[in-house]
Amino acid sequence: MNETIVFAVISLSAIGGTSAVILYFVAQKFKVIEDPRIDIVNEKLPGANCGGCGLAGCRAFAEELVKTGDLSKLNCPVGGSDVMKEIAAVLGLEPEEKDPMIAVLRCSGSRVNAPQKVVYEGASSCAFAHVLSSGESGCPNGCLGLGDCVVSCKFDAIYIDDTTGLPVISDENCVACGACVTACPRSIIELRKKGKKDRRIFVSCVNTEKGGPAKKNCQVACIGCGKCVKECPHDAITLQNNLAYIDYDKCKLCRKCEPVCPTSAILELNFPPRKEKAGETEKVAEPVKEV
Amino acid sequence: MKTFTLGGVHPEENKLSADKAIEVLPLPEKVYVPVSQSLGAPSKVVVEKGATVKTGQLIAKGESFISANVHSPVSGKVVKIDDVIDSSGYKRQAVFIDVVGDEWEESIDRSPEIISEITAERDTIIKKINELGVVGLGGATFPSHVKLMVPDGKKAEYLLINGVECEPYLTADHRLMLEKGEEMMIGISILKKALGVSKAFIGIENNKPDAIEHLRKLCTRYQGIDVIPLKVKYPQGGEKQLIKAVVNREVPSGKLPIEVGCVVNNVGTALAVYEAIQKNKPLIERIVTVTGKSVTKPSNFMVRIGTPVSLLIESAGGLPENTGKVISGGPMMGKALTSLEAPVVKGTSGILIMPVEESKRTQVLNCIRCGRCITACPMGLEPVLLAQLSENLMFERAEAERIMDCIECGSCHYTCPAGRPLLDYLRLGKNKTGLLIRNRGKK
Repeated sequence: MNETIVFAVISLSAIGGTSAVILYFVAQKFKVIEDPRIDIVNEKLPGANCGGCGLAGCRAFAEELVKTGDLSKLNCPVGGSDVMKEIAAVLGLEPEEKDPMIAVLRCSGSRVNAPQKVVYEGASSCAFAHVLSSGESGCPNGCLGLGDCVVSCKFDAIYIDDTTGLPVISDENCVACGACVTACPRSIIELRKKGKKDRRIFVSCVNTEKGGPAKKNCQVACIGCGKCVKECPHDAITLQNNLAYIDYDKCKLCRKCEPVCPTSAILELNFPPRKEKAGETEKVAEPVKEV
Repeated sequence: MKTFTLGGVHPEENKLSADKAIEVLPLPEKVYVPVSQSLGAPSKVVVEKGATVKTGQLIAKGESFISANVHSPVSGKVVKIDDVIDSSGYKRQAVFIDVVGDEWEESIDRSPEIISEITAERDTIIKKINELGVVGLGGATFPSHVKLMVPDGKKAEYLLINGVECEPYLTADHRLMLEKGEEMMIGISILKKALGVSKAFIGIENNKPDAIEHLRKLCTRYQGIDVIPLKVKYPQGGEKQLIKAVVNREVPSGKLPIEVGCVVNNVGTALAVYEAIQKNKPLIERIVTVTGKSVTKPSNFMVRIGTPVSLLIESAGGLPENTGKVISGGPMMGKALTSLEAPVVKGTSGILIMPVEESKRTQVLNCIRCGRCITACPMGLEPVLLAQLSENLMFERAEAERIMDCIECGSCHYTCPAGRPLLDYLRLGKNKTGLLIRNRGKK
């Protein structure tokens, strides 16, 4: 009786021991040498795997960072400068200051500003509506309001406003990963500098038609008159294809362009109300931000 | 009776205007002639603002291999060259002409007599078809001269003439066969000569017995042309379906009909070819059916290209009050118009007016996996799978599942009991997959 037990214990221990030795050598032979810093960096990242950095996920981002050791080209838009600073500390590098960005909707074609002319009944997807027709208001560049951006957002930062029919981007939730920018078939959403105290000025229109046809479909369309270009003291505004564009790197947020725009296509967000213009009538374009 | 084997549906025929003779629509006051009226690259405008043009004068030149010339359908003054909302809802470049009188180019023979002797040689025929802007009038507007140039190593055996008109409501081709049969027959003989084939078949569905009988009589005088009656089934007018039905050959995936020795042309194209070769007349008018259950006077009109759709509707008794949709084309493949000022183009086969209650789409429910769309698909595809792939932007997989073989006939959408917009997603998928393939070719 005892003998059986002893025999079993000894033989199993022998098998275990031999296997351990084999496993040890195999492990030595096929060892993957990985930089331990990758794990540390990966820990610091938000772990959303959104792809906003342009890589397949947070792990890939960490690997790339450690491999290249270059912070200038890589940036985690979700974590922002805080996370990048921590990572820089881990890697012993100088952190690069990057301005925080935010997604901005460059269309004010709400149901009031750009009234519906035809009814679209097809598949509920902007991508398809864009292929099929010019949209319910007739504007070939404006927001279709079917919410491809809402579906693409992994941070719950976009919803479609029922009254305006336009997407609303939440300042708090948006991490500027850029998923909505890619999802929008009409390239209406743009990543722009968040700005000091969240203050931003931009042309809220992407219509490249001539003034007349553009205004016919939408009363707040940019008609390409060029008044803002002349007004801007910093050369930040350019006019291309009947459309003004404000370069956010050059813009000093002086607010001179906004009052000269005849169609109120330029929007300014989060600024204090103007003192001298207090008596003026309310603008037609409602600010897009509402959170 | 012959027909194709795979899939297909049978919608209500509603050929309301089948017994209405072709009426020549009076000249409009102004026309908008879109520059791009065929598949392929847009043509380049060759007239300037303020110029006086004659009927039949070249106004836009096709510059690449697959593109077609556009001619002025009226005489008058070019007012401007600007964008016009065409049947797709997008703005396209068009030549705006104010009509003054009706002065034709001298080279065009306008006499009513029929010239049956074919003197032109093969090369002249193809050159003339190219110059005079003849495109496929079945709807896809593929430039006809390209079809006639058989690539090296391939041989055309049969010419198939498509007189199927499987779309419900439409009767333009039906009337054309009845009233312009003689001219069409000569057109077919010209096409035969250009292709060097000895045999031509005219495929006609048996819901048009008068056309079958009429053309059969004519066939006795023209050698090597036969009428093949076909069982009514949609989409028999599709090129690949017609080949399967008439000569029982299957075009391989991604290939053209010439692969199996066939060339398919529409009856309207045959007439346009006759007019181009024998009469020197460019493609400046076509037959358009204006129809619908609520329309007071469903009609078939001979219309100059560029005429606004609103004028056609007026001539057919005006727009009914409870109109929900105005569709350019047939109910299965046509597109709803966003503006009634959209001009008639070379590919416009009909204007269908639908009352509100008929035009509504049904509520979209969840897929119940019944597989009806798979049974209905005439190309043997799985529409349910392809629609899901497109919805989820998986275009590489969609390509592997042969989304590019889809002919956009809409049988899947028609048959779906859950009302899912299958065709919408398939079109999106085709569009995006095509883009993917073209981009791959560039790299």
